[in-house]
Amino acid sequence: MSPSILAQDPTLADFGQDPWWLVLIKVVFAFAFAVLATLLGVWFERRVVGYMQVRPGPNQVGPLGLLQTLADGLKMAFKEDILPKAADKVVYFFAPTISVICAVTALSVVPFGPMVSIFGHHTPLQVTDVPVAVLLLLACSSMGVYGSVLGGWASGSTYPLLGGLRSSAQMISYEVTMGLSIVAVFMTAGTMSTSGIVAAQGDGTQLTIFGQPIPAPGWYAILLLPSFIIFFIATVGETNRAPFDLPEAESELVAGFMTEYSSLKFALFMLSEYVAMVTMSAVTTTLFLGGWRAPWPITLWEGANSGWWPMLWFFGKVITLVFVFVWLRGTLPRLRYDQFMRLGWKVLLPINLVWILVLSGLRSIEDWDTRGKVIAVGIPAGILLLATLFWPNRRPQPKPTPQEQVDSRPHGSFPLPPMDLQVPPSPRIRRVVAEREPANIVAGSDSREV
Amino acid sequence: MTTSTVLAAAGAVSGGEEVTFWILGPLALIGAIGMVAARNAVHSALWLVLTMLCLGVFYVLQAGPFIGMVQIIVYTGAIMMLFLFVLMLVGRDSTDSLIETLRGQRVAAIVLGLGFAGLVGGALYRAVEGTTAVGLEQANAEGNVQGIARLLFTKYVFAFELTSALLITAAVGAMVLAHIERRKRDKVDQVSTMRARFAPGNYPGPKPGPGVWATSSSVATPARLPDGRLTEQSTPAILPVRELTAQETTLKGTDQR
Repeated sequence: MSPSILAQDPTLADFGQDPWWLVLIKVVFAFAFAVLATLLGVWFERRVVGYMQVRPGPNQVGPLGLLQTLADGLKMAFKEDILPKAADKVVYFFAPTISVICAVTALSVVPFGPMVSIFGHHTPLQVTDVPVAVLLLLACSSMGVYGSVLGGWASGSTYPLLGGLRSSAQMISYEVTMGLSIVAVFMTAGTMSTSGIVAAQGDGTQLTIFGQPIPAPGWYAILLLPSFIIFFIATVGETNRAPFDLPEAESELVAGFMTEYSSLKFALFMLSEYVAMVTMSAVTTTLFLGGWRAPWPITLWEGANSGWWPMLWFFGKVITLVFVFVWLRGTLPRLRYDQFMRLGWKVLLPINLVWILVLSGLRSIEDWDTRGKVIAVGIPAGILLLATLFWPNRRPQPKPTPQEQVDSRPHGSFPLPPMDLQVPPSPRIRRVVAEREPANIVAGSDSREV
Repeated sequence: MTTSTVLAAAGAVSGGEEVTFWILGPLALIGAIGMVAARNAVHSALWLVLTMLCLGVFYVLQAGPFIGMVQIIVYTGAIMMLFLFVLMLVGRDSTDSLIETLRGQRVAAIVLGLGFAGLVGGALYRAVEGTTAVGLEQANAEGNVQGIARLLFTKYVFAFELTSALLITAAVGAMVLAHIERRKRDKVDQVSTMRARFAPGNYPGPKPGPGVWATSSSVATPARLPDGRLTEQSTPAILPVRELTAQETTLKGTDQR
């Protein structure tokens, strides 16, 4: 089998034909990827945040501190596993495992690469794919909520309960937004299978600039920019990452739903958080950034999208997105809870709905001739512009100057410092200026008291 | 053909389907019984989650991957989560009371329930016994999702829209019932709060604690301001202001001097 005759884009028919050992290899690989990504992800995050805060970050254990997470994990495993007296034992035990299982399962439908040949078998680099793969991702993330909610409830303590309630409200709200932004992807790709969506992003239209054919990117991040931005924001909310890490806001709730957890159970929660981050980055890459497909300059090389190379592009994109996650954490302060909810329900959701409406409108006039298109787009746009132009708005009253505000204060108000912030001289201190006789030194004369 | 449609090829039951059914079927049943039998409301909800997850997998097995996933996302992911949300707010110690208000109610319920289940199961068995399943291939001919979409937006569009209108009405009704109208002038923003704080007649700083600069640590003893005056702001309004007399403040002679 030469690479040239390999069909690069797997279709749904290519799945479900692997022998059992190949399935096992793929599953183990996906799992190992999740665990390794956690180990390196924690290190990566600490190093990057350290760099942003002008400090070294972990640099003692192993080269560049790479083994720090491993050391922390070992330490965590040998710690005492505390079971609170008021805990609901069974649920308390199962909550972290639910989190981890849901986070890892989502990786099973993420395409890591195109069709490759493994030990003579021609198989896609993806554990499996179903016609509703993206819905499976949504189902995994919605089941993952149970982990944090039940963990918070089963701890039998107040802060974890509050953290659990917060996380359930937060994840449900942001899941709605997330699902709606995927709708645009479904509408454009015409399929819900992840490999199909990657394939649909492959063919952008050819642009000819200065006689050079340059393929316009077919990435949905560019074609469906609003959906991409909203999806990524919702992703951050869904994974409980800063600035949306309200379920475990340490300044308010100690550690939120994982306050009572210790030892390996805590490690599982930790694992699930980072796996979720990596999984969500992988999903974003798949849905919006072209999956394993190479970006433009690399595609000039013929073999960029075949064989094992695409895995490298895929990992590169995933690492970039993980970096964005870390960047957000290093930059943005945590939102207040009501601000966060307002953003989700009153900003992201309506924008998303309007955008889907516009997109479906644009898609329905796709087959019209140019004149019809111009009319169909121009009339609503014109009405919108006119409405914005002539929208009645009250002219705001001129704001009184600070001096007028000060003068209008009633008698007996609290004393104010001077408006120019110049400290006036205290009337009690009279400056004493020494009156001195000017020094009079005559050259060559005897020493005189000066 | 996709994996899931292969699983439920017309009429024949494949080995994988049978194995999955015999694993998940008992689990779903245990979940249903556990939901009824559990004392704790949250445990009851969790058993129901188990049953619903099993049902979702069953749908997928029956070549309905879309409805299976929607079952998991909507029912287990959203609706049961809201249930749990409410149950947690109610409190974790709220277990059912074990006293029967109607005598013999439990036994009657079990007997009637078993009877009803037997009736339904029997009727269903009699109805579908020996019939062969047809039409799955045609229904899933252009893909499961596309097939559902076609039916939903052509044949059942009116019922679908009516249902959504009903649901929206219910949601709006719930919102109206729970909504508290607040007049515009009742809203206080940060600026006006600060204005009121610094208005004449209001002391903007924190009130001095009782006993500060005073001769006693009693909450009834007013604090002394730096200029020596007593301030009544430091004592709670319901307590009578009481300054210690000279006799009370003198040493009691307990220090052996």
